[in-house]
Amino acid sequence: MADVTFTVDGKQLTAPKGTLLIEACRKAGIEIPAFCYYPGLSLQGACRMCVVRVEKMPKLQTACTTPVADGMVVTTESPEIAQARKATIELLLGNHPLDCPVCDAGGECELQDMTFKYGAHQSQFVEIKNHREEQQWSPVVYFDRPRCILCYRCVRVCGEGMDVWALGIQNRGSGAVIAPNKQDHLECEECGMCIDICPVGALTSGTYRYKTRPWEMSHVSTVCTHCADGCKTTLGVRRADDGMEIVRGDNRDKSGFNNDFLCIKGRYAFDFASREDRITQPLLKQPDGQFKPATWDEALDFAGKQLREIRDTRGGKSIGVIGSTRITNEEAYLLQKFARTVLGTNNIDHHRTADYPSFLAALKAKGQKEASIRDFADAKAILVLGSDPTEQHPLLAWQIRNNVRNNQARLYAANHQDIKLRRQATGFLKIQQENYGALIAFLAGNEKTFEGNANAAGFREALRKEESIVIAFGSEYRGRDIEALIAFGAGFPNVKFACLGDYANSRGASDMGLLPDLLPGYVPVTGAGSFMQEYGAALPQTAGMDMVQMFDAAGRGELAALYVASADPVKRFGVDPAALKNTFLIVQDMFLTETAKLADVILPAANLYEKAGTATNTYGDLQLVKKAGDKAGVRSDFDLIVRLAGHMGHDIKSLVPFGKGLLADFGQSRGTQSGEADRHAVWLTAHQLELKASPFDPFAIFDEIQRLVPAYDLPRLDLMAGNDEHLKSDLVQIQTGATRRDLVLPSNDTLFTSGTLGEYSQMLHSVMESRKQSPAETAAD
Amino acid sequence: MAAENTTIFSPQLAARFDRLVTLYPVKRSALVPMLLYAQDEIGYISDAVVAEVAQRIGITELDVRNVVSYYSLMRTKPVGKYHVQVCTNISCMLRGGNELLHHCSQRLGIGHKQTTPDGLFSLEEVECIGACSWAPAVQVNYDYHENLTPESMDKVLDQYRAKASK
Amino acid sequence: MAYLTTHPDVVPVISFRFGKGAADIDRYLELDGYKSVRKCFEMEPDAIINEVKTSGLRGRGGAGFPAGMKWSFVPKESAKPKYILVNGDESEPGTCKDRLIFEHDPHSVIEGVLIAGLAVGAKMGFIYLRGEYRFLIEIMEKAVADAYQRGFLGKGIFGTKHDFEIVVQTGAGAYEVGEESALMESLEGKRGVPRIRPPFPAVAGLYGGPTIINNAETIATVPHIFRIGAKEYAALGTERNGGTRLFCLSGHLEKPGVYELPMGYNLKKMIYEVGGGIPNGKKLKAVVPGGSSTPVLLPEEIDIGMDFDQVAKAGSMLGSGGVVVLDETVCMVEFALRTIKFYQHESCGWCIPCREGTDWLKKSLTRLHMGGAVDKDIDQIKYIADNMLGRTFCPLGDAAAMPTAAFVKKFRKEFEDHLNGKGCPYHPAPDYELATV
Ligand SMILES: Cc1cc2nc3c(=O)[nH]c(=O)nc-3n(C[C@H](O)[C@H](O)[C@H](O)COP(=O)(O)O)c2cc1C
Ligand code: SF4
Ligand code: FES
Repeated sequence: MADVTFTVDGKQLTAPKGTLLIEACRKAGIEIPAFCYYPGLSLQGACRMCVVRVEKMPKLQTACTTPVADGMVVTTESPEIAQARKATIELLLGNHPLDCPVCDAGGECELQDMTFKYGAHQSQFVEIKNHREEQQWSPVVYFDRPRCILCYRCVRVCGEGMDVWALGIQNRGSGAVIAPNKQDHLECEECGMCIDICPVGALTSGTYRYKTRPWEMSHVSTVCTHCADGCKTTLGVRRADDGMEIVRGDNRDKSGFNNDFLCIKGRYAFDFASREDRITQPLLKQPDGQFKPATWDEALDFAGKQLREIRDTRGGKSIGVIGSTRITNEEAYLLQKFARTVLGTNNIDHHRTADYPSFLAALKAKGQKEASIRDFADAKAILVLGSDPTEQHPLLAWQIRNNVRNNQARLYAANHQDIKLRRQATGFLKIQQENYGALIAFLAGNEKTFEGNANAAGFREALRKEESIVIAFGSEYRGRDIEALIAFGAGFPNVKFACLGDYANSRGASDMGLLPDLLPGYVPVTGAGSFMQEYGAALPQTAGMDMVQMFDAAGRGELAALYVASADPVKRFGVDPAALKNTFLIVQDMFLTETAKLADVILPAANLYEKAGTATNTYGDLQLVKKAGDKAGVRSDFDLIVRLAGHMGHDIKSLVPFGKGLLADFGQSRGTQSGEADRHAVWLTAHQLELKASPFDPFAIFDEIQRLVPAYDLPRLDLMAGNDEHLKSDLVQIQTGATRRDLVLPSNDTLFTSGTLGEYSQMLHSVMESRKQSPAETAAD
Repeated sequence: MAAENTTIFSPQLAARFDRLVTLYPVKRSALVPMLLYAQDEIGYISDAVVAEVAQRIGITELDVRNVVSYYSLMRTKPVGKYHVQVCTNISCMLRGGNELLHHCSQRLGIGHKQTTPDGLFSLEEVECIGACSWAPAVQVNYDYHENLTPESMDKVLDQYRAKASK
Repeated sequence: MAYLTTHPDVVPVISFRFGKGAADIDRYLELDGYKSVRKCFEMEPDAIINEVKTSGLRGRGGAGFPAGMKWSFVPKESAKPKYILVNGDESEPGTCKDRLIFEHDPHSVIEGVLIAGLAVGAKMGFIYLRGEYRFLIEIMEKAVADAYQRGFLGKGIFGTKHDFEIVVQTGAGAYEVGEESALMESLEGKRGVPRIRPPFPAVAGLYGGPTIINNAETIATVPHIFRIGAKEYAALGTERNGGTRLFCLSGHLEKPGVYELPMGYNLKKMIYEVGGGIPNGKKLKAVVPGGSSTPVLLPEEIDIGMDFDQVAKAGSMLGSGGVVVLDETVCMVEFALRTIKFYQHESCGWCIPCREGTDWLKKSLTRLHMGGAVDKDIDQIKYIADNMLGRTFCPLGDAAAMPTAAFVKKFRKEFEDHLNGKGCPYHPAPDYELATV
């Protein structure tokens, strides 16, 4: 829309016509206070804090409901305005319990801040305050009614933002209260957005309340470790006896693509980290089958020696490595490098939840682009094929809902279930579970399966009118179906795609080459070319065993050793424990998982919240992972891999490019082609980066990743500043066909489960328990 | 509609509701009248009323409760057979509304928002009922009684008592 | 049956059929019913609106906005259907006039809606009555059914190509729902909370369509304008205040009642002659001239004409036409308290200044009335009222603040007489708890 020019506090400003005054001012650095106004949610005009003086208007006007107009002259601070705001605060405080000393929000409360600013410091009222008891609405949501200032943010974010509509307003006047949907409790998605958005301490969280004062915490912004959407989260941590305890998760600073959004898992399910039963000492299995604590040296020595011996006697082919979808890119990269160069094996795999290789190959073949999660926030049209974003990709669902609500984006969805997002859909097509492939053929113009289906025809017709679209598809699509889908999508003048996988870094695991046939960046092991030079001649050149083949081999007694890093394949794949009887098993993990129980050596590992590095979400958005929590006695997977290599007698420098002395050789003596260190040093210099000083510095490996995987060669500074960077998907070096073995095993997680991590989250269990107890829904809702 | 067999309302009222939802551009417009007429028949807005009305209109029970709790004529607890609503707002107050309320309270032995043990009468002090020029005024259920004195109020109460024992 | 009270000065325009059985459709027709709308079928929409403008009819709901002008704001073209909404929520204390129209002349409301519909191009109307008026809803519903039966409503009304539907709607006890945007919310089945304006109802109202909202008396007056002529109607009143209106006289009067008097009728005369003066030889203490939300007038301030402009000049408002008369025995603090209790009870709770302000005013005034206040509490009460004024989301907050500020200003001495444990001089020891609503 055309720009209009207006004056605020004597400054001339311009903004697009229709912009709300409060927004236009904020953009110009003029802060107007507000309780009820919240960007993206419907307007209320209820709190009257944002009043300003607009010339020619008889009364003060609310900046939150006034669109800017040409020639408008506005004053935002004056004695009159300050008095109006002060009076409003006085009125609020009149009935407010003023229990700030024991209030969770004390210190980060908008009411406190406003009181501080406008100086309503004298209590004008002597009357008895209206009091009501506090209520618990769910395991994670508490409501302290007297503190509520009725800004309706919670009601709106729950309804408009989450499409859950579990909060309402009951009674009227001074008796008006926020109320939950089931009279005395909530039945909802437990996302905690209501708590997060509450400007005061009226809604508090079951996991955080009365635990700490905000200023006693350190705040670390990192990436959520649950689903593959990779929300940015700020973890509040504080000192504990055995390290740093995470006490809170939110994204109040609204940085990152998720803005202030987090789902139940992101917001509360960090409690696995502080469980009592975490493994905090290396354990060695005794002949009697019991585990006995050992020192690090004992355990690593034992594991290293065994591994080396097996490699040297039975060959790398007899060893398998299983990586994880919840470790950093650096760890995944290092793990495959360790497998390939130290153990000499391509027997490496991880729990695959989406067919990224086929996806990226198909994209490359058609010259198409991958969508960032950000694209869903402003796409004109969105097509979701398969998957249930509300359950499995809460952020994606949130982006789509907001885009539909605020920008009138059109959503099309096809699914074999009545997914909740269909409420936002312009077109929804219910199909048979086996027809996902046929649907693409139909959309592309082949009538067969959907012949005579009017709904399908209408769906296709509507889609054909779209010129600019983003297509997201779930694990229902693999291999050839993905190829067909991309080919169909290429018919839109403007299109981007997203392949939906399941865990925090499942994309990174795949990109970093935790695959038996593909090196980092999807370079086939059979044509390792550049990697041969980088990793040295030892690199095995035939595809290794995949996850299933490894366990089959173990069952046949052909897998002499297996190294599992932060994964529980025995449970995920239902492996018969007997199969691993004759395999030397090293497991590094947080808990005594099904797999760990079978191990000969268990190494206590840290989780994603306790380490640094990078992670890639399923849309190819790369983000920085920062260390927030800490637990005495555990080490990161990175640390453990490096140490294991060391205890095997391997030269660490060839695994991790670190240390002094390398920079000195600028290629003058041996030429840049003659050694890996030189190549690395030259690259670092060209990128104005320094060589890392420690073999345990993940950024030493990140340097190598950026150098060797072109898609990851993104501006470093931006990333370090905490911004997400979209991978250069057109540079992925994919050369693989779409005929690979399909080993995708969807996790089928819901909002309340999250693989291994979920199993160890007490909070998630208590929420699921509470849902079982609540009476069945009546037909009415 | 589908609820026909399971409705908690009389056939007449159910039929009226079926028609009511068709009168407006949106079904939800029928909500306030529906709740009020349901209350007239059932006596108050029970959980079952909330559930059925929500279903008929196609909104959540929470939505219905939000609305119910807003309007002061709607109640979620039973009242007496004859609900005596005494206005004490300004015009009535000037002409003895407070005394009338006090009188009713004495006579019935109950206070504001209470019900006699026999369930016959309940008492409520209400806001202006639009009878200011004929103050003081009282509404018993929906019937207006105006220009009252304590003596004429007694007669009114007696009439209802007699009606009940018939 | 409540009816209109007579007096020689009464000018029966809107009340001309009262007491004549006009709720019966045949009787209504005999009494020139549905003639005005037939006239309007022959007129261009703009001509209808111009007639209403000429009549000088101003809204009877409270604000006195010129009806013809309001109608002219409705856009000619609209993608969404247009609606006529009759505000019969009548809840302002001191006001009891619309009920007489519904009771005695329900068809005049229907006819008014039809004319408004023709003027703005609407095909559907709603008549919203407060829920307490159950007997009137029944009368109104019967009138609407009769009109359908005669072909005055429905498809091809009066044998023309025009269609028109009317639905009679009930409220359920909420003063705030009388506010026009809250009224629309209520009619859409929601809590009676007001809407953000703009857009104004004339542009985007009910179900998002352009909507005319008028008070029941305003609408019912329209057919009479066409019956007696716009100029003639205007001439009955004063400048810019055309015609007559129903004045509701209540409180300490010999002959309280609803009287139809010309706009601009002298207030003093209204009290002493029409209303028969103060009973029992008592002296006049104060007058609330236009419903409980209007600032109180002192006896020396009542020699004014009762039209919107003159009352405004005297520092109050004509409002909804509810004239409440107080004699010397009234405790002004108690009266102020009872007034604020109402607004506290009826605040919808949406915005802070009104929700909290009314609550605190009620608490403070209660304490003051009982003698528990000290000097600074009086200023405190005024401070709250002043800080509510003009700051609330809808005018209910003003409606609570304005009278409170006026009571304090004009009867400060009486407030002071209550202070420091003295308590109420008028009710030294009331033997009952003060009203608890
Ligand atoms: C709090 C409040 C309550 C109101 N109550 C009524 C009412 O009961 N009846 C009414 O006609 N107008 C009422 N009004 C005025 C309406 O908002 C609106 O102005 C009026 O219905 C318009 O009709 P008119 O122009 O014919 O007066 C109220 C306004 C406010 C702010
Ligand atoms: S002034 Fe505010 S709280 Fe009062 S009725 Fe209007 S919107 Fe509701
Ligand atoms: S004041 Fe009692 S009916 Fe109006």
